[in-house]
Amino acid sequence: MSQRILTVDDSRTMREMLRLALLDAGYEVTQAVDGEHGLEVLNEARPDVIITDINMPRLDGFGFIEAVRLQSGHRSTPILVLTTESDAEKKQRARAAGATGWIVKPFHPEKLVEAIRRVAA
Amino acid sequence: MDELEQIKTIFFQECDELLADLETGLLALQQGEGDTETINAVFRAVHSVKGGAGAFGLDPLVRFAHIFETLLDALRAGRLSPEPDLIALMLWASDALADHVQAARSGGAADEVTSEALAQELAAATHGDAPKPHIAAPAEPAAEGGQMLNEDGIDFTPAMFSMDTFAAPAAAGWTIEFRPRAGLYAKGNEPGLILRELARLGDLEARINLDALPALDAMEPEQAYLSWSLKLTGAVDEAAIREAFEFVEDECDLAIAPEAADDFDLAALLQGVAAPPDEPSAAGPPPEAAPAALRAAQDGARGGDAAPAAQPVIRVDPERIDRLIDLVGELVINQAMLAQTVSEFALAPSSKLAMGLDELEQLTREIQDGVMAIRAQPVKSVFQRMPRLVREIASMTGKEVRLVTEGESTEVDKTVIERISEGTPQGRVNSASGTVGRRVAGGRTTLFHGGHARHHRTVARRRTAADDQ
Repeated sequence: MSQRILTVDDSRTMREMLRLALLDAGYEVTQAVDGEHGLEVLNEARPDVIITDINMPRLDGFGFIEAVRLQSGHRSTPILVLTTESDAEKKQRARAAGATGWIVKPFHPEKLVEAIRRVAA
Repeated sequence: MDELEQIKTIFFQECDELLADLETGLLALQQGEGDTETINAVFRAVHSVKGGAGAFGLDPLVRFAHIFETLLDALRAGRLSPEPDLIALMLWASDALADHVQAARSGGAADEVTSEALAQELAAATHGDAPKPHIAAPAEPAAEGGQMLNEDGIDFTPAMFSMDTFAAPAAAGWTIEFRPRAGLYAKGNEPGLILRELARLGDLEARINLDALPALDAMEPEQAYLSWSLKLTGAVDEAAIREAFEFVEDECDLAIAPEAADDFDLAALLQGVAAPPDEPSAAGPPPEAAPAALRAAQDGARGGDAAPAAQPVIRVDPERIDRLIDLVGELVINQAMLAQTVSEFALAPSSKLAMGLDELEQLTREIQDGVMAIRAQPVKSVFQRMPRLVREIASMTGKEVRLVTEGESTEVDKTVIERISEGTPQGRVNSASGTVGRRVAGGRTTLFHGGHARHHRTVARRRTAADDQ
């Protein structure tokens, strides 16, 4: 059975890039447009891996990750954050919030799949 | 490939929306209506343009967006305050960003000279130099390089030992000591997957170390007790090994050494590397502060006039809607003809047939209204280019001009909007510059009514160019 990925990003372009790359790699994809929306769909989507942007309206990536980690069912769900640069400070903050790893934008589909493989069985 | 082109189309559509958001936000700031969320939204707009542009390798656009974003980041962090001069500069930057987007869309190049001068001004402003009015002489070219190029802030901890002492690249294999700490598990990382990654690189021999494992009754379920001694054989690059550990570098003790270097003492090395033991609290549930912070974030998001929540939207081929509208038009005509025919029978108004026809008429109208509403759009898009035109004219005439539009959320049919937009920019430029001209001469507030009001009666609109002086 293919793995389910929840992508959380306010940019339509980025959501579609992710969807295309993930579908090509054989994953199932659920999309959310910001952190709040991500939390709303979280339980129905039952993701194996979550990929989230940082800068988003309503609830940003850091807040989203913290909220996900507070849910008993998602304490160890792998969460990858999308960062535009390999910004050390942002990675640290994401780690502190509970992120499992990161993907540097712009990403190559292979890099994306590789990052997922590194955090998901 | 085809799909990628489609996404590119989506990107440029999104850029239009983001640029409109950017301008709206900056104008709100200019009028003193903005708050922190406005600044955040403005930042996000530029950030998203940059992110998408990066995905498509649109480098000039990425470069300019990056410099603009850096300035907005300083504003967001409170290092700069939204003074009028700075806002004016950002509005110029938003125009230049729009030019870059347009250039990327058409495959051309933006005006590099202007763009470069502006970029330097933005970089200078980021560092607190007061912006000069409009495009000034090039500021000192500092900062930019530093800002742009520090993207590789590689954050692995080099404290372990210096690889320079060993012949790094051509090792026949590696020994790796890997001891996860509790935080590694708490963030959803899994040592087994890291070992799997290593096994893809070469021949992996893994030995688990259970020495630290206490008796069952003394075991903390969320504490980390296991460590691994690994031997990776093959011509493997150290960087590749580091990459497998990239996500967990700060959550484990890690020592990577080339295999078979007889003349150094691995044990002593590892002793130096061993970090202080885990604090049990690190493994516990997330600290109290987290829920509070989350609540604050949520409250913050709820408060104020945050941008309307993204509603689910369906995208429909316009042709389908046009076809639907044609059909409804035919339905309306058909219904009217039917009513006409039936009326010739001079039936009593209370007869079943007459009542049924009344109902049909009612329903037909509602369907017509509903279908027409699908194609209705706010007239706002007609005025989208106005602020920029006014800014440029203001700059040309050296006057300070404030543009006020009202009623731009009025919805009219898309085809009407398209026709208003066709061929009118020039007219609008003329009337705007004419007004500005009169203002320069007369020095009093001039009201003028847009000529487009004629096109649609529901568009009640007044445009005012008000001089602030």
